[in-house]
Amino acid sequence: MSESSVSESTVSENTATEDTVAPARAATAAGTRTRTPPHRLPAVAAAVAAVVVALALPLYVDAFWLRIGLFAMAAAVGALGLTILFGAAGQLSLGHAFFVAVGTYGYAFLAGGDGGHLTGLGLPPLAAAVLATLLAGLCGLLFSPVASRLRGIYLGIASLGLVFLGHHLLLNLRPVTGGYDGRSVTPFALGGFAFSDASGLVVLGVPFGAVENLWYLFLAVTVAATLVARNVLRGRPGRAFRLMRDSEVGAAAMGVRVQRTKASAFVLSSMYAGVAGVLTALAFQRAVPDYFDLLLSIDFLAMIILGGLGSTSGAIIGATFVVALPIVLSRYADVLPLVVGPGQDGLDASIAAQFVYGALVVVVMLTQPGGLRAMVHAVRDRRGPASA
Amino acid sequence: MIRLLELLVNGVSLGLLYALITLGFVIVFKATRVVNFAHASFLLLGVYVVAATQARIGFAAAALLGLAVVGLLALATERLLLSRIDRHNHHAMAILTIGLNVVLTAELTRRLGEHVLPLGAPWDGRVVDLGPLTLPLTVVITVAGVPLLIGGLTALLTLTGWGLAMRASIADAEGAALAGIRLRRVSATAWVLAGLLATTAGIGLASFPSPGVSLSIESVAIAAFPAAIIGGFDSLGGAIAGGLIVGVVQVLVAGHQDSLAFLGLGIGDVVAYLVMIVVLLWRPSGLFGSKEFSRV
Repeated sequence: MSESSVSESTVSENTATEDTVAPARAATAAGTRTRTPPHRLPAVAAAVAAVVVALALPLYVDAFWLRIGLFAMAAAVGALGLTILFGAAGQLSLGHAFFVAVGTYGYAFLAGGDGGHLTGLGLPPLAAAVLATLLAGLCGLLFSPVASRLRGIYLGIASLGLVFLGHHLLLNLRPVTGGYDGRSVTPFALGGFAFSDASGLVVLGVPFGAVENLWYLFLAVTVAATLVARNVLRGRPGRAFRLMRDSEVGAAAMGVRVQRTKASAFVLSSMYAGVAGVLTALAFQRAVPDYFDLLLSIDFLAMIILGGLGSTSGAIIGATFVVALPIVLSRYADVLPLVVGPGQDGLDASIAAQFVYGALVVVVMLTQPGGLRAMVHAVRDRRGPASA
Repeated sequence: MIRLLELLVNGVSLGLLYALITLGFVIVFKATRVVNFAHASFLLLGVYVVAATQARIGFAAAALLGLAVVGLLALATERLLLSRIDRHNHHAMAILTIGLNVVLTAELTRRLGEHVLPLGAPWDGRVVDLGPLTLPLTVVITVAGVPLLIGGLTALLTLTGWGLAMRASIADAEGAALAGIRLRRVSATAWVLAGLLATTAGIGLASFPSPGVSLSIESVAIAAFPAAIIGGFDSLGGAIAGGLIVGVVQVLVAGHQDSLAFLGLGIGDVVAYLVMIVVLLWRPSGLFGSKEFSRV
């Protein structure tokens, strides 16, 4: 068993990285499969340190930065789903925004109450969140007859259609979605504890409002989502995904059922998008249709490309960058050259952010198709080939 | 009956414009295997240049300028960016065009904002009475002119040496290269051609009855993506068919919006994607696309 798994991973790793260090890396991966590779310890330590810092952050940082963190974590969960689908399984999807919308509106509808022209089921928030995630997965499953028969680029364009159809539905299914104005979102609550300003919690002299409470909820969800994604990518399904990406015929010959594997990658990534949608709903506290357009799908794509395809840490870094860039640029518009705040005459911060990350996507594709993560690997491999 | 006929002619006209956009898209794909996600923003850039300069230099000169700008941009994209990527790495090339699209769209959003610029074409605002039918002059010119353009393109592909080189390198890139065909030149020409076709179609899309050049032109042009998929991504005939199908269906549905109210407002804008998904369920490689096969 271990023999075959090693050779299988060598095949996929070998073709996974398009740069010249691929053979060396593959050899590293194969040779060190049985013991912990020496370079993984610092990575584990870094991850633990990051979580500790994240746990302490609400005590020291004001709500502005925490709010960016909430959006970044919501986006990171979505990006993890896309990196499984595109980075590992090689299925380009531009329909991610649609599944995020399903999660957001699913939660808003299931947890919301009746009021005015809106309807809602008024379920407990946790049940609503879980059901909204399953609903997104179900939508992915319904689309999988199309998704599993198409290859990479074709799927990219076909899934583009989902975003436009989804937007149309959001505008027109008024009792559920609230139409153009959207609908407000019921705050999350668990066992009588409300994740809102009403919680009245004070920790070490810091009053915990909605943002601080949600921070811990989001952190827990993000860490769990990351661990699941890592296990999927490192385990048997991840190997099947990569093998299928590199050669469908090869994968089929190794006993991977290609259509089924494609469909399952699609469903899994839709469910990640659904979780991201629920988190987005909680962070915004309102769901509006215009947020879920093609640009959101492209944002997700940019996140995983900048971070490095198929890498969980890359997805998180990329998500943080893409989410934080426009907000930070707009906050410091007064001190930054060229950039101005919204409504002023000049280069708007959100447009400036698009310039930056669009250009970065182009540069990354030209210089380092593996993204940030491959850059780190390349530097490390060059620095210490003896230790590998 | 008259109304249905008018709708049909309008639909064919819109469909022919889609066909031009889709043709450029498919030509690039066939020649270089790149899916150009920046195609719609190339189109918007072209008409923007026309609309922004026509007041000063006149419509004809502005149109030429728009064509030249987009042609050069397409050439630069191919030469400076895409040629630096391994030609078998199709995903990387497609993503690069997505990045380019983000930058171009941001710039055009900054310049256009909510404005609608008049195109200033000499045929704007005029209508023609053809027997019982009343049609915008744009529609008449499109229906008469675009088939000529497509015919010329076909002649170019079948009769000239460049066309032969193009078809040979599409059929078998390595064989063509061995026979002395310069693949670089073929792909550069394909990109320039696509840019020119997009701008031409853009001028049509921004003409009366459309109010002028605005950001919404780009979302109209994006409907060329489903058109390409419907026709089959690698078929020139399919590109024309897909464009026509999308155009006619869109106009017919939008024209009967009142009786289709149960589908929601604005169904005309998204019906192309519905058709695409139905076609894909039936034929995964489009109506005329070559069936995918793998050799083991």
